[in-house]
Amino acid sequence: MKGGSKSKVPVSIWCGHQLLEVLQCISSSWTGPDLSVLAVRCYPTLPPRYLQVPGHFWGMALALTLRSNRSQTCSIPLTINTKSITPEKQRGKYAALSIAAMVIVVGLPLWWKTTETYRASLPYSQISELDTLQLQLTMEVDVIFTKGTLTAEQQNKVPMSQTQENYYKMNDKTGLRYRYEMKYRTATVMEDSALRMESVQEADVSLSQLNESPSGSLVIYVIPETSGLLPDGINVYMGIYRTAILRTSLHKEAKMEELLSVIGPKILRIIQTVTFTNNDIKASMSDRVPTGKFTKESLADSMRAFKSSYEITFSLLNPDPKSHDLHWDIEEAVDKYIQPFLDKLSGVANFSVDSQILYYAILGVTPRYDKTISSYTLSAESLPHVINPVEARLGSNAASSNPVLNFLLYVPDYPHCPLYIKDQNGATVQSNAFHSPRWGGIMVYNVNEKYLDNNRFPVQVNIDTVRVMEVFLAQLRLLLGVQLAYVPDDFLMESPANQGLTDWELDRFLWLRTLENIATATTTLTSLAQLLDEIGNIVIYDKIASQVYNAVISVQAAIAELEAGNLGFAFQSSKEAILASEKAFFDPSLLHLLYFPDDQKFAIYIPLFLPMSVPILLSLLKIAKEFRERRNMAKKKD
Amino acid sequence: MAGAVFGMLLLFVFINFGSLTIKSEVSHLDEEQIFSTSKVSTEEEHQNQVSDTNFHHHRDTLQDEERTDPAELWTSPESRSQQYETPLVESHVEEGRQNEAPATRNGLAESGQPPKVNDRFQEELVIRPLLSGDVYSSFQFRTRWDTDLLNKQKKVSHFRLFPKSLGQVISKFSIRELHISFTQGFWRTQQWGPPFLPAPPGVELWVWFEHTVQDVDRSWKELTSVLSGIFCASLNFIDSTNTIQPSASFKPLGVANVTDQRFLRYAVLPREVVCTENLTPWKKLLPCDSKAGLAVLLKSEKLFHSSFHSQAVHIQPICQDLQCKKTSWELRQTLSVVFDLHATGQSKREWSLFKMFSRTLTEPCPLASTSKVYVDITETSKGDDLIEVAPAVTLQMQAVVLGDRRKYMVYDLMTPEPYGSLRSLNILLKWKLQDSEEMLPPILHAERYVGGYGLQTGEIHTLIYNNHPFRAFPILLMESVPWYLRLYIHTLSVISKGRENKPSYIHYRPSKDRQYPHLLEMLVQLPPNSITKVTVQFERALLKWTEYPPDPNHGFYVSSSVLSAQVPSAVALDANHTTEEPLFTNLFPIMEESSYFMRVYTEPLLVNLPTPDFSMPYNVICLTCTVVAVGYGSLYNLLTRTFQVEEPSAGLAKRIANVIRRLRGVPPL
Repeated sequence: MKGGSKSKVPVSIWCGHQLLEVLQCISSSWTGPDLSVLAVRCYPTLPPRYLQVPGHFWGMALALTLRSNRSQTCSIPLTINTKSITPEKQRGKYAALSIAAMVIVVGLPLWWKTTETYRASLPYSQISELDTLQLQLTMEVDVIFTKGTLTAEQQNKVPMSQTQENYYKMNDKTGLRYRYEMKYRTATVMEDSALRMESVQEADVSLSQLNESPSGSLVIYVIPETSGLLPDGINVYMGIYRTAILRTSLHKEAKMEELLSVIGPKILRIIQTVTFTNNDIKASMSDRVPTGKFTKESLADSMRAFKSSYEITFSLLNPDPKSHDLHWDIEEAVDKYIQPFLDKLSGVANFSVDSQILYYAILGVTPRYDKTISSYTLSAESLPHVINPVEARLGSNAASSNPVLNFLLYVPDYPHCPLYIKDQNGATVQSNAFHSPRWGGIMVYNVNEKYLDNNRFPVQVNIDTVRVMEVFLAQLRLLLGVQLAYVPDDFLMESPANQGLTDWELDRFLWLRTLENIATATTTLTSLAQLLDEIGNIVIYDKIASQVYNAVISVQAAIAELEAGNLGFAFQSSKEAILASEKAFFDPSLLHLLYFPDDQKFAIYIPLFLPMSVPILLSLLKIAKEFRERRNMAKKKD
Repeated sequence: MAGAVFGMLLLFVFINFGSLTIKSEVSHLDEEQIFSTSKVSTEEEHQNQVSDTNFHHHRDTLQDEERTDPAELWTSPESRSQQYETPLVESHVEEGRQNEAPATRNGLAESGQPPKVNDRFQEELVIRPLLSGDVYSSFQFRTRWDTDLLNKQKKVSHFRLFPKSLGQVISKFSIRELHISFTQGFWRTQQWGPPFLPAPPGVELWVWFEHTVQDVDRSWKELTSVLSGIFCASLNFIDSTNTIQPSASFKPLGVANVTDQRFLRYAVLPREVVCTENLTPWKKLLPCDSKAGLAVLLKSEKLFHSSFHSQAVHIQPICQDLQCKKTSWELRQTLSVVFDLHATGQSKREWSLFKMFSRTLTEPCPLASTSKVYVDITETSKGDDLIEVAPAVTLQMQAVVLGDRRKYMVYDLMTPEPYGSLRSLNILLKWKLQDSEEMLPPILHAERYVGGYGLQTGEIHTLIYNNHPFRAFPILLMESVPWYLRLYIHTLSVISKGRENKPSYIHYRPSKDRQYPHLLEMLVQLPPNSITKVTVQFERALLKWTEYPPDPNHGFYVSSSVLSAQVPSAVALDANHTTEEPLFTNLFPIMEESSYFMRVYTEPLLVNLPTPDFSMPYNVICLTCTVVAVGYGSLYNLLTRTFQVEEPSAGLAKRIANVIRRLRGVPPL
């Protein structure tokens, strides 16, 4: 035995033929007594295979206790240098380790990087903040006491301003706080003189000139009970601008606080009527807060998911061109009646108007003959079936993908003349028209009887566009959600005349749309974030991420502007928010989900990765085992 | 101008007169006609009133003719070839009849103040019995609208007769002209003669954009996807790899202020199958849909049970009046169908409207200003009475169509007179002889096929026939070949009558892989009575495996090549007719319609490309991985294992020997 003895391990060997070999090796270098019988015990720590190795391998320091056949025990100090593991073996170990290291350091990241889907980071935390929405609507209301309503003493005590707050909890995650900032003052001389005008309409016009009220605010003039400006039975007048006139009696002796508590509910009633009620809000925020029941007036009529552009198509349906030769001056009618209305809404959305005439287009329902009124009728139940067959003929707008609002004017064919629409109660509908939410409206136009006496066909018919456009404009207002749901008896609403829309109606529309946009945008964003979070295979490009960021910023801006009471800005921000969020949500690139089902992935990976990783893993295991053994051995020695 | 007018006015009327006497008066009657017409039109302009469409129609055509300058020799084929539908003299006749019995339209006009309408609709059907026993029916619906769709200041958005969808497309994409055709089957020129409007199998779309369009390629891309929506066709497969910009073959047909080919896009999808779903949207564009008028005959189950079906939409601006200061928009919807003698006609040479379309005609479309059915009776009137037409009508007309003098029987649906005892019109055509007659070969036709063998190279052969006995004429040949057939343009050879025939003009744009196709245009002079063979070799490219269609072994289509030519008229060939006309009219051999424009489409080609086994990618992945793994495994072992000399174990022979030795009791080795 050569080499210095560093550690000696006593070993008793009792295994079969393996020991012979070892002993032979040992004996070859040993000049001790004759070894014919021996008892060998094997330490469990030294697996036999170390002893299997041929003679020149001295992997371990060994000390053998040998017992001769004469039961003589002799201890043979078998000294083996532990450091004498061959350099060859050591090199193999290092090679295995370095390959494993290379695989882990270079290979795995490379594989990860090349098979990774690109996912731009999204503002998840901000989006989750938007999940709970506490909105505050701030509205400025100027309450102006005109001459004769207050005594001089009372006038001095008029408070500058007063804030009134209401909280409306819609559900756990959504709440609304209305904040009315009432500013009280007495009327100026000019206002007083304006209110002394002949008619209330004139007063309205001149008051609006005196008082430039911003979008989203309201001016209420309180006039004395004795004033003859308003007709009898009417206590509140709402002009075409943002001015309301309230006629009320105030006690001369009452204190200011009492007065305000008397007048407060009345003012609140005006505000709620001309702006919005909780139900309106609920309807417009139905995207966030699912309403249990589908109330026809509030929900069905409103145009949900308001888009930024609309195509309005007027179609004249002439099912019987042999009998009727129809002409309508649609161009002039649109310019006169529809365009002013659309111009007023131009800040809200873009509209384009077109028209067409469709011949031989029939309704899907055969009208029934009603003997009592000797005319044909369409019952309310059959109306849903009217639209579908007609729609096939309407054709979509080939040149754009904006939503279309269809307005159909149906002139019944000669054998089915006249034709009336009946409502649920069986009464004929006055306008002879109906509308379908988010789709459009249909009006039945009966050709004047006197034409039909003349037996020469086709009968020349010039359509009365005023009659038609009245109906269509009303339907358009309904479809866009500008219509007022409920007007109390003692209110007088000035009709918007040529413009089609009053200022306060526009404000009301903007309030509701802003809330709706915020509600829709936040739900879109949360569901998008949730979707992207759940499906890891979806690629998120920077373009989409920037849209999402834009949407989040715009929503936050809209909420802030609402709080500050800037309705116009709030609406613009909410519009941007909804556009950006929809754009991100419906972006086609989100559909390019990298579809690698796991089974296919493994079918491709296994032929390469399995044969490559198995040797590495095995040698790593081996090395680890050896290392552990040596450590154990070292421990034992200690 | 005068020549052009003279050329187009040679239309004849037959109203119970002996044809000979009338004919001798025709030319000078025509002169009168021209004058009276122009007088009427000036009067009309003074009144600013539009009353009779026929005159307007006439003026359009005049205008079309006038506009045709020699440089645009190729540009006005339709205006010439479709003269048959402008029976000017007939309008005269119609007027006369209206005086006797006021037509419905007049009745209407009297009953109220007719509001000014600026659009008109005409419909007509031409039935031509073919010598093979088949029947060719060609519908044409024409909507004319006096408005400017491209006006940017005032958007036109109110539509009456003109379909809204197409109008919006035109104004949105600033289109100058749009021609789209859907064809199922191949027009057999040799058997059937030339069609009124040729079309290649599949879908052909060519569009001239307005010169204000900035990004033509983008507009083209959007337009194709919009059109594929309108017509329910796979037009969205049109991309840069099959779009070309022909330099000379496709010039604007309407009023044009652009002839720069940058604004032209042309594409053919030869693979597209045309069926009912394309017909329905096409019918929807008609004002009367298929509810009234001639369109009631368009029943898809009959139309597609035919040997050739082609439907097309042509939109182009035309002149509103002689001065051409304003333009109108014209929409022509055409539908041609050839019913097969054996498949549809049960091999009986007897046709009727009912047998062809399973419908009869009852009334015109109430919106149409004219509604007529023309039946080609040229064969009957030649004397040998080949075909009998019932019910016979007195109104006949003659027109030179595609260089051939044809005679038509005219059924006017606007007149209240009933045809026969029933209120419906069922035109009956009956051949007297049951065997087919040989047709004169058409003056120009072409064939094309792929030659060569193997999957590496091949040859495209195009044979162009000039059957004119003594006139040579030039043709413009246009080939568009996809990039995966790499043309060897140096092998291009044009051979007529055994001799090389050098093209006088060649426009070639080489392809670029996956970007655009080859475009080859040549102007070739065809010698009389000759066959010209154009040959070019190509190499088949290997595609990437994702570029193959789902059925790659079906082959790849190469779209038809297009021949545009000014063909000498066959009328000039006819020596007999000189006896019927005064001698002074034909001192010079150049006569009316000495040549006419014609477009001929060859067969599309079907070429096989080398097709891989498509399970290959996975096999390749597995095989490569295995090879890599084996190589890696050995390398890994080499690097990590230790090696030592080992006692060589006893060899097999030695072991066997030892076993035997043990058996024998001999000590082992």
